[in-house]
Amino acid sequence: MIVLKWLFLTISPCDAAEPWQLGSQDAATPIMQGIIDLHHDIFFFLILILVFVLWILVRALWHFHYKKNAIPQRIVHGTTIEILRTIFPSIISMFIAIPSFALLYSMDEVVVDPAITIKAIGHQWYRTYEYSDYNSSDEQSLTFDSYMIPEEDLELGQSRLLEVDNRVVVPAKTHLRIIVTSADVPHSWAVPSSGVKCDAVPGRLNQISILVQREGVYYGQCSEICGTNHAFTPIVVEAVPRKDYGSRVSNQLIPQTGEA
Amino acid sequence: MEDEIELKTAPADFRFPTTNQTRHCFTRYIEFHRCTTAKGEESNDCERFAKYYRALCPGEWVDKWNEQRESGTFPGPL
Repeated sequence: MIVLKWLFLTISPCDAAEPWQLGSQDAATPIMQGIIDLHHDIFFFLILILVFVLWILVRALWHFHYKKNAIPQRIVHGTTIEILRTIFPSIISMFIAIPSFALLYSMDEVVVDPAITIKAIGHQWYRTYEYSDYNSSDEQSLTFDSYMIPEEDLELGQSRLLEVDNRVVVPAKTHLRIIVTSADVPHSWAVPSSGVKCDAVPGRLNQISILVQREGVYYGQCSEICGTNHAFTPIVVEAVPRKDYGSRVSNQLIPQTGEA
Repeated sequence: MEDEIELKTAPADFRFPTTNQTRHCFTRYIEFHRCTTAKGEESNDCERFAKYYRALCPGEWVDKWNEQRESGTFPGPL
C-alpha cells in the first residue's frame, strides 16, 4: 500500500507549462483553486447551452430541409417562447455571476496582515527582487537580480526559457505581499500556478497578496511586451518550508553583501 | 541569523485598500520624516515608520527621494 502511495502520489504537480497542455496548471494558492473551481462551474453551463443549441440547430436543419418541407412557415411572434428565452438565459447568467463575483471580491480581500513583503521590479530584460523587511538602514536590503539561464547553459531536466539563476524564495503557508513595479517599461509578473498576473508599471506599485499552500517550484513568464527579450524574462518562485526560509534567505544574503 | 527570522512587515493599511500602493509607500516615507522632525533624529518611535517604508518602497525610489530631500527639491509635505 505504502509502495503504491510512493509510486503514484509522488508524481510532481504541474507547476510549469507542459507541451500540448490543455488545462490549467495545478493550483498552489487559494486564488488559483478558486479560479479553477469557477472554470468548472462555468464549463458546466457552457456544455448545457452548447448541447441545447446544437440540438435545436441540428433538429431544425433535419426537419426543415427544403426537400422534405418545401413550404416555409412565416412565424414572426411567439409570446411564450420569447418570455422563456429571456428568462432562462438570465437565470443561467445569474448562476454564473454568483460564483464569479464571489471569487472576484474575495481575491481583493486582505483579511490577514502579510508576513513578508517582496518587491518584484521588472527591467529590460531581467527581474530584481528586494526583500527589505530586515534592514536597519536605507541600504542593505537583500536585493538580487534574476536572469534567465540561456539555452546553452541548461542542465539535463531543466526547462528551456523558464529557468533562472536566482529564484524568488518564499516561505510556504505564509501570507505574502508582492509589490510589483518596473524600472523602465511596462512588464507583467505572472505565475499561473499561483493564479497571479500583475502588471509592472513604472512609477506605480501594484500589490498582490498570495498564500502559497504547498512547497514547490513555480514557473511563469513576463506577460507584457517589453522589448526584444520579452520572451526571455521568466519568473521562478520557490516555496520552501517556513523553518528553512530563514537560512535560505541568509544564504542568499551572504554572497550578496560580498558584492554590495 | 540561525534562529527563526521574525516574519513581520508593513501591515495592510485601511487608508490604501486597493491594488495601487504607490501612495502608501509615499505616505509612510513622509510619516517617517515628519516623525523625525517632530521627535528628533534618534527617536525610536520613528523606527516603525522607517521599517514600513523600507518594506514597501523600492530602493531606487528611496535613494532618489533622499537626494531630493538633501537638495531641497522633495515634492512632498515633509
